[in-house]
Amino acid sequence: MPAQNDNAQALTRSERISDRETTVTRRFKGPARLVYKAWTTPELLLRWWAPESFGMSFLSCEIDLRVGGAVRFVFKHPASGEPMAFFGHYREVVPNQRLVWTNEESEDGSITTVTFEEKGGETLVVVHDLYPSKKALDDAIASGSAAGYDEQFVQLDKLLVGME
Amino acid sequence: MRREQVRYILNHMVQYSQTRFDASFAALSDATRRGVLEQLGRSDASITELADKFHMTLTGMKKHVGVLEEAGLVTTQKIGRVRTCKLGRRRLEEEAAWIEKYRQLWAARFDALDGIIEELKQQEKADARPKR
Repeated sequence: MPAQNDNAQALTRSERISDRETTVTRRFKGPARLVYKAWTTPELLLRWWAPESFGMSFLSCEIDLRVGGAVRFVFKHPASGEPMAFFGHYREVVPNQRLVWTNEESEDGSITTVTFEEKGGETLVVVHDLYPSKKALDDAIASGSAAGYDEQFVQLDKLLVGME
Repeated sequence: MRREQVRYILNHMVQYSQTRFDASFAALSDATRRGVLEQLGRSDASITELADKFHMTLTGMKKHVGVLEEAGLVTTQKIGRVRTCKLGRRRLEEEAAWIEKYRQLWAARFDALDGIIEELKQQEKADARPKR
C-alpha cells in the first residue's frame, strides 16, 4: 500500500510491492550523473544518508565501488550505546544508471537495487529491496515497528511495573 | 504481568499516535483487562472462555475486549459462532505504519540529497566557465 504525505512537496513514495519487496521512489532536479555521484562518494553520502531529524549520526562510510567491492556504514543513535554497522558487497555497479548491493548485517538482509533514470534533466530514483523470504520482510516489519521508541519504552516499563 | 508480556504490550502501544497511546493507557487502567491480556499472552481464547475465567457475564467481557481492541492491544476474529481473541495488532495496520516510517526516513535523506545535488549543479556550472 502506498504511503504518501499530504504535503505536495513530499515526493517520496514508499510501497510494499510484494511479499518480499519494498520500493521507495523520488524525483530529483538534476542529471543522473550528479545523483549517482552523491550515492557513490563517501564525503557526499556522509552528508545525507543519516538524517539529523532521525537522531542518527554517521560515524564512517567506506565504499569500494566495484562489483564484489565492500560497502560499510557505521551509525550512532543516542538510544543505543553501541554503534550500528551496516555492510555488504556491491553486486552491480553501472555508472549513472544502477547500483546493486547486499545487506549482510543480518542473515535475512535484503538485496538493494537503486536505479537512476534521467528524463528532461530530472532523475527518477527507485530504491528496491528484495528480501530472501516473505518471513524476512514480515520480521523486519514486526521488529522495526517496535524500534526507535526506546526512551518512551523505558518510561512505560517503569509505569507498568508499578501497575503489577 | 510477566515482564515479557509487559514488553509485548509496550511494543504495540508505542508505535502509534498519542491518541492510541492514551487509549492503551485507559485500557490498561483496569485490573480485569490486564488479566485478560495476561491470559491471552498464554493462549488465544474465546469471549465465552474469558467470561468464565473472570466470572463475568458475556456482555461485560465483550465490553472489556472492545476496549482492548479499540486500543489495538487485542484483535478478535469471529469464526462460526465463536469470537476468538488474541494479542496483537492487525497485521496490515502494522505494515502500513512501518512503510510510512520507512518513507519518512527516505524523505528526510532525500531532502538533504536535494541540497547536495543543487550544490553539484552549481559546481559543474562554475567549472564549465572558461578559465583565465
